[in-house]
Amino acid sequence: MSDHAPVTDWVHDFDHTDPRWTENPFPIWEELRATSPVVHTERFLGCYLPTTFEAVKQIAYDTEHFSSRRVVVRDVRPEPAPAPPITSDPPEHKPAKQLLLPPFTPDAVKKLEPRVRAICNELIDEFIEDKGCDVAGRYAKHIPVRTIAHMLGIPEADSDFFIKWIHEILELGIKDQAILMQAVQEMGEYFAGHIEHRKKHPTDDLISTLMNARDKNGQPLSDVHVLGSLRLLLIAGIDTTWSAIGASLWHLAKTPADRERLVAEPELLPSAIEEFLRAYSPVTMAREVMKETTISGCPVKPGNMLLLSFPAANRDPAVFPDADKVVIDRKQNPHAAFGLGIHRCVGSNLARMEMTVAIEEWLKRIPDFTLDPAGKVTWSEGTVRGPRQLPVLFGKPS
Amino acid sequence: MSGKLKVHVDQDRCQGHARCKSLASELFELDQFGNAHEIGDGTVPAGLEDKAWLAQANCPEIAIEVTEE
Repeated sequence: MSDHAPVTDWVHDFDHTDPRWTENPFPIWEELRATSPVVHTERFLGCYLPTTFEAVKQIAYDTEHFSSRRVVVRDVRPEPAPAPPITSDPPEHKPAKQLLLPPFTPDAVKKLEPRVRAICNELIDEFIEDKGCDVAGRYAKHIPVRTIAHMLGIPEADSDFFIKWIHEILELGIKDQAILMQAVQEMGEYFAGHIEHRKKHPTDDLISTLMNARDKNGQPLSDVHVLGSLRLLLIAGIDTTWSAIGASLWHLAKTPADRERLVAEPELLPSAIEEFLRAYSPVTMAREVMKETTISGCPVKPGNMLLLSFPAANRDPAVFPDADKVVIDRKQNPHAAFGLGIHRCVGSNLARMEMTVAIEEWLKRIPDFTLDPAGKVTWSEGTVRGPRQLPVLFGKPS
Repeated sequence: MSGKLKVHVDQDRCQGHARCKSLASELFELDQFGNAHEIGDGTVPAGLEDKAWLAQANCPEIAIEVTEE
């Protein structure tokens, strides 16, 4: 595992794994945005960062110069492990994505809502009698992992494995290729077992849906394709939503005015959720530069990776007035938390439903809570940002 | 401000964020892939004009056209 030297010059040497970025990236993005719409670092074998909404959008729409075959910026460039459609470029992208879209429409995810509501209440039952809890570790973390297990038709009790693999792939794997490869292999073996089982015993879950899918020539998908898509659903569906739920509750724990307003005016919840998604967008994607081009006047060259920071775009004051303020009834909020262009997050409707139910059920049962002054809030590093430890106390502050 | 409003979703731009449907379900519907379409010919019934503008303002892909007849 390689340790990175601390950053002294963010403009020419940024590092999204630096502890200061992990703790509070917003002032860093502001400094970079004031300097240039695109900045570069020699770290990670060369990487760009667009800092404005306009630059992020231009790159997200440009599949000719920017490939999705690698969607995480790491110290190394291992052979890409396909996880279609997130790692697919046109023309392969569209058919792979269309297979996944129908189970994730708002109407389809609505059917999962009762299970999600039950999961939230089962979790709250475990700590409601205590003085407080770690919201990230005991609540936010478990909601998406159990929901996606329920959808895929795999045991919710295996959740701890999934959380371990995701931590290894998205966080430790940025700097340690051996851990990354090991986790990818373990996950592959796990799903291969479930696929084999369904060949003899078909089910009506999402794994079977993928196995029964046919491509445009009427052929079933290869096991590698099915496995890649399953890996994607598990990785993309868990710590992203965990982070979004955690960041929303973090905001509410430290902002009594917003908390009281949401309790009194629950009809504001949809706009509050959109604002939490904008202000605390968890997901930074990546692209690989394939051909030389210019973004917002800045030349970008092949051989470099590029951090596609939707979170930084969503803090751009050119698009969002008072971008650094959280305004829970913001009327105009066309944020890019779920991406822009053809790679719009396939699970966005599921994530919104989980966030809404998680905040709703929490506020019904725990309307008053504050950050525990004796505890420490910690944030995840790298690609997905959210609280990993979030100690709160229940009740009004004494 | 006299004419009737019409909404239209540009299918080349829509990526299925579904913001329009959640803000103005009287004006937009989703297909089996979750992509949005205007309901009927897109004519905005009286009283729903604000919702049409709101949906347009919140589309991240700038896929919604609102025209005044």
